[in-house]
Amino acid sequence: MPEPITVMRGKAAPLEADDVDTDQIIPAEFLKIIEKRGLGKYLFYRWRYSEDGSKKPGFALDDPKFRDASILIAGKNFGIGSSRENAVWALVDFGIRCIIASSFGDIFYNNASKNGLLCIKLPEDKVRQLRESARSGELYLTIDLPAQTITTPVGESIRFEIEPHVKERLVKGLDDIAITLSKYGEKIKKFEEGMPRFLMPRPRRFVVE
Amino acid sequence: MGRTVFEKIWENHVVAEREDGETLLYIDRHLTHEVTSPVAFEELRSKSRRVRRPDLTFAVMDHNVPTTERSLPVTDELSSAQMAELARNAAEFGITLLDYHSPWQGIVHVIGPELGLTLPGITLVCGDSHTSTHGALGALAFGIGTSEGEHVFATQTIWLKKSKKMEIRLEGELQRGVSAKDVILHVIRHLGTGGMIGHVVEFTGEATRRLSVEARMTLCNMSIEGGARTAIIEPDEKVIRYIRGAPYAPDGDEWEEAVKYWSSLRTDPSAIYDARFVFDVSRIEPQVSWGTNPAMTVGVTEQVPSPEDYEDRTKRTLVERALRYMGLRPGTRITEIPIDVVFIGSCTNARLSDLIEAARIVKGRRVKQGVRAMVVPGSMLVKRRAERIGLHRIFIEAGFEWRYPGCSMCIAMNPDRLRPGERCASTSNRNFENRQGPGGRTHLVSPAMAAAAALEGKFVDVREIEPADIGDLGLRARLDEPWVR
Repeated sequence: MPEPITVMRGKAAPLEADDVDTDQIIPAEFLKIIEKRGLGKYLFYRWRYSEDGSKKPGFALDDPKFRDASILIAGKNFGIGSSRENAVWALVDFGIRCIIASSFGDIFYNNASKNGLLCIKLPEDKVRQLRESARSGELYLTIDLPAQTITTPVGESIRFEIEPHVKERLVKGLDDIAITLSKYGEKIKKFEEGMPRFLMPRPRRFVVE
Repeated sequence: MGRTVFEKIWENHVVAEREDGETLLYIDRHLTHEVTSPVAFEELRSKSRRVRRPDLTFAVMDHNVPTTERSLPVTDELSSAQMAELARNAAEFGITLLDYHSPWQGIVHVIGPELGLTLPGITLVCGDSHTSTHGALGALAFGIGTSEGEHVFATQTIWLKKSKKMEIRLEGELQRGVSAKDVILHVIRHLGTGGMIGHVVEFTGEATRRLSVEARMTLCNMSIEGGARTAIIEPDEKVIRYIRGAPYAPDGDEWEEAVKYWSSLRTDPSAIYDARFVFDVSRIEPQVSWGTNPAMTVGVTEQVPSPEDYEDRTKRTLVERALRYMGLRPGTRITEIPIDVVFIGSCTNARLSDLIEAARIVKGRRVKQGVRAMVVPGSMLVKRRAERIGLHRIFIEAGFEWRYPGCSMCIAMNPDRLRPGERCASTSNRNFENRQGPGGRTHLVSPAMAAAAALEGKFVDVREIEPADIGDLGLRARLDEPWVR
């Protein structure tokens, strides 16, 4: 179960790209690992490492001034593509607690909310402005999730919108399954009793192809 | 106010609604595979939870299975371990498994519809983004993450916020040589990779209705590349014919009841969408992607664009980066781009009708010397049906490799992958950097365009090639009604 998030303070790092797909966040070859911990070293693997395994220069998160960053400022359409939750696990394992972008892939956004990774949507010009100030390596942001505000070092307060259920899940670090079963178990049972039989899978023993 | 087909299915599956707008939706089918499931099963085990409805849950091995002879051992240790893990989990939790050696094994989005696991009017989820494919049969199907999968295993429900509704109306008649793949690439080119985010897309219009069920799957499959939450098409007579007699489909009186229900699943004329787009498909030419996301696509008679064409700075940087990765110069004509590899396969384009389209181009011709070309059928059933009508011979005689089913070179988790710098004409769905292997360069195309590129060693306009007559062989009946003799 993820740690609850209330107020966090951290350094922001810029990721200068739109349309970052989950194949870039973690390549498919690392999906064979049957664990969610320890994936941080494969984060953005092809952007950070050459074919021979040597470090490529120039990737922001490897820059010493961003090494302790916990907030990522991206562009638009962050996390599009594959449903792999490993992308979220890798970001979290790397130490990223919050991503700010103008839009997110739907599945990625849901996955993040189940793993204590806060995704904040802001207008495009605001994201660009934050990304530009983050380049200095000195942009420390205070994010207050209950109050839905981001505070910059110069005291600017930016309000953000977030779906109430996503907020609640992140603030409380909830176990969705326990809640569903305890609060809605009876309703699920009742729904099942009314299900039409003709929509059930009907395996037949002999099949003519 | 009228309701769309998506809303009707949604409302039929509401278990509970919360004040914050989240809905608990019942899930009729949960399909799962070896790659995104292990952590979910492990979490269940650690909390002593069971799978609530193993009878509604089906597992298949597809993502990292080798596509070579099935009697050979799986040499990749990690893949082999992941496959063994799925077998162990399926046995422990009582789930039906179509394993590596099953005669019905195949890509999860190919086998669902062909075995009758996917039905109109049901809700379906799978830990794979291309689950939108199943919407072509009028199912409400969502790609989900591993945590959501664990929730469905344990509760047979999922918490979702109802998405907005988008209509994409397709009008006009397709030109010869132009397919559903070209249509969806064209649509994504115009709406962008994020154009459908937050929406359930419904394809409507005469051109959608004219498409075969399998072509509709291609359309719905790639909607996710436009950011759609999922896609759906009203189920019609064609869909009903397609699933009649399938192993898991209802039969007898239940079939009659089901057909009656399915016939009610229509979007009301008074239904209102949050967004609407209309495309005249008669103006679409065969499409070829040139860049590193599916929106970076042009028509086959066009040229590789230049960063100068874009005003937005971020966009220009993205195009420069894509051109560098793809090793392409601005202004190069698409038909001047040479290719090294041809891949016909994936959940987008590896069904029998796709292989027939490709075979019509290939028959009696030869793969260009130096080009590595392979056909990976979407399932064992597709493979057997193709072999029964002789398609494998057409491909093999032309110089293609004829493989066993799996996701293969679409995701390159098995040994089928590009070498660095290799350029591939691929019928798959993603041209992301390194997707088909580190340093590999992917151009997304239709099966006919991929086949034509294999013969010429470069992209050609497939409209200029006269497709061969490959005989009737009862094909038509078999495509519409695969399970009825």
